[in-house]
Amino acid sequence: MIEIKDLHKSYKMGSNSLHVLKGINFNVEEGELVAIMGSSGSGKSTLLNILGMLDGADSGEYYLDGVPIKDLSEKKAAQYRNKFLGFVFQSFNLINYKSALENVALPLYYQKVGRRERQDKALNYLDRVGLKEWATHLPSELSGGQKQRVAIARAMAAEPKVLLADEPTGALDSKTSYEVMDLIQKINDDGNTILVVTHEKDIAHMCKRIVHLRDGVIVEDTKIEQVRAQEYV
Amino acid sequence: MWLFDRDLWFEIFHTLGKNMFRTFLTMLGVIFAMMILVLLLGSANGMSNGFDKIFAGTASNSLFVWGQRTSEPYKGFERGRRIRYKIEDASILKEQIPEIEVLAPRIELGSHRDVVTVYRKGQTSGSSVYGDYPEIDNITKKKLVEGRFLNDNDIEHSKKVCVIGEETYKLLFEKGEDAIGEDIRINGVFFSVVGIYKPNNNINIDGENAVFIPFTTFQKAFNSGDRMGWMAIAVEPSTKVAVVENQIKAILKNKYDIAPNDERAIGSFDMSEIFNNISAFTNVLKGFSFFVGIFTLLAGVIAISNILLITVKERTKEIGVRRALGATPIVVKRQIVVEAIVLTAFAGLIGFAISVGILAILDSLWGSGDDFPFVNPMVSIPQFSISFLLMVGLSVLIGLLPANRAIKVRPIEALREE
Repeated sequence: MIEIKDLHKSYKMGSNSLHVLKGINFNVEEGELVAIMGSSGSGKSTLLNILGMLDGADSGEYYLDGVPIKDLSEKKAAQYRNKFLGFVFQSFNLINYKSALENVALPLYYQKVGRRERQDKALNYLDRVGLKEWATHLPSELSGGQKQRVAIARAMAAEPKVLLADEPTGALDSKTSYEVMDLIQKINDDGNTILVVTHEKDIAHMCKRIVHLRDGVIVEDTKIEQVRAQEYV
Repeated sequence: MWLFDRDLWFEIFHTLGKNMFRTFLTMLGVIFAMMILVLLLGSANGMSNGFDKIFAGTASNSLFVWGQRTSEPYKGFERGRRIRYKIEDASILKEQIPEIEVLAPRIELGSHRDVVTVYRKGQTSGSSVYGDYPEIDNITKKKLVEGRFLNDNDIEHSKKVCVIGEETYKLLFEKGEDAIGEDIRINGVFFSVVGIYKPNNNINIDGENAVFIPFTTFQKAFNSGDRMGWMAIAVEPSTKVAVVENQIKAILKNKYDIAPNDERAIGSFDMSEIFNNISAFTNVLKGFSFFVGIFTLLAGVIAISNILLITVKERTKEIGVRRALGATPIVVKRQIVVEAIVLTAFAGLIGFAISVGILAILDSLWGSGDDFPFVNPMVSIPQFSISFLLMVGLSVLIGLLPANRAIKVRPIEALREE
């Protein structure tokens, strides 16, 4: 599903340049649930941004579902993001003046899905994250865990190839974190490919594979025995 | 066509509607600007209409010509000779100058601005007495309170009838007395009253206390022969009065042996000058109002752009999220530009509605008064359409500013955790 070869990225900080990614090689198959771990400054967020087409690489190759991702125009990038990727952020990033349902329906709007169908689909996904009754509520009326579940529903609504989650539990307490991870595991069980960036060990162990980054290179890449979050809920 | 995309409009009204207070503050500038523009323009129009009302009934492209005394000796004549026109001059001038539309000869009893004693049943009034042709009514319209003005039949049969001013009526008749058909006496000759006119309170050439009798009757009754006092002349609208004025003077100077350089012998008054001055004044006023209004509007639209710039900054995260979810730059840009247009147009309409209301109130307060030139103050449809289109056009241009700012923000920066 994801193929990365010799990826480099550096940032210019005034006259210095900071080499963040120093040759990443990395493949993800369909249906995998991968945790990307590393301390801050290890380059895991940069890698996620490049994977999410929010940022471009300096050199190297990146194929997503067989499509080369290189030198995309803003328009093309936006279309690919919409078609291929779903995003879940640490701080949820829901649009605060839109109801839960409208937030979930937003990527479908950008896919030019008709209004009726959009509403139905969005409601369906809200149901799947267990928040059907909260459809008309604004984000400010939801708890952190609920917000993240709305965000996951939104990411899933466009039926992406890959779900990218950047510290999805970073702003949540452990109980809610496990609930969110339980949801992510269930989505993965349905065959969806998911990448989770985290620095929490217990969260990483709820994935099926852990990739360790340090100073811009992958230092460890192991398949693990998945811990079901269900046990903790 | 994206313009008819219901979702786009839904999205825009949703965004604006969910931020009512911000939306309202943004619109305030344009609301006031539109109000100022419409109020200024409407008042200028009202003033222009007011002047039109005042001069209604007076042919604007007209002049008056009368005889004075010569100021230069010429062809054996001494200076100070009195110029007296003959009735034949009227037809000569009409024949030789085709631009003359109406020429109404007039003769006065006594010398210019003299009054004559008019009697009726022991009551008297000192009035001006004029011998006139009905055509004079085409140049200075009389507002008749009762009866009729002189007509061709009166001229043809030299009827002993007269039209009197309201002032004359008050002096000669009791209050409420019916004057039509009653006789009045001038220099021993009786005339029957056929009409009473109200003074035209604006341009008043004849005075309020005057008696008009048919020109032909005047000739017979007061033995004036072929003399003619002065002429009221209406010139066709496309010709300048001054041109005709010069032609008339040249013909008359030649006929009455007046020195070509004698400026005093022929008296004349060009009515169009007054009108030109007034219309120049109201046009400058209108132009100035439009100018001020448009720049105020520009300031208002810039204010919208400013606030949109601020909100774009405030909404960086939202825009980042939208772009991460697949909004292409053009979609983001379009949304902000259309937001700017909708805000301006809506604010413009509100301002327009308010100011039209104010103008209507002003109109009901002062619009009907005769003494203040302020009638039907309102903006015309072209004026409104031009300012509205200009406003919307400006809002597109100025909406592009925050829109470009919005798409410059890269999604990654927008989504960076604080």
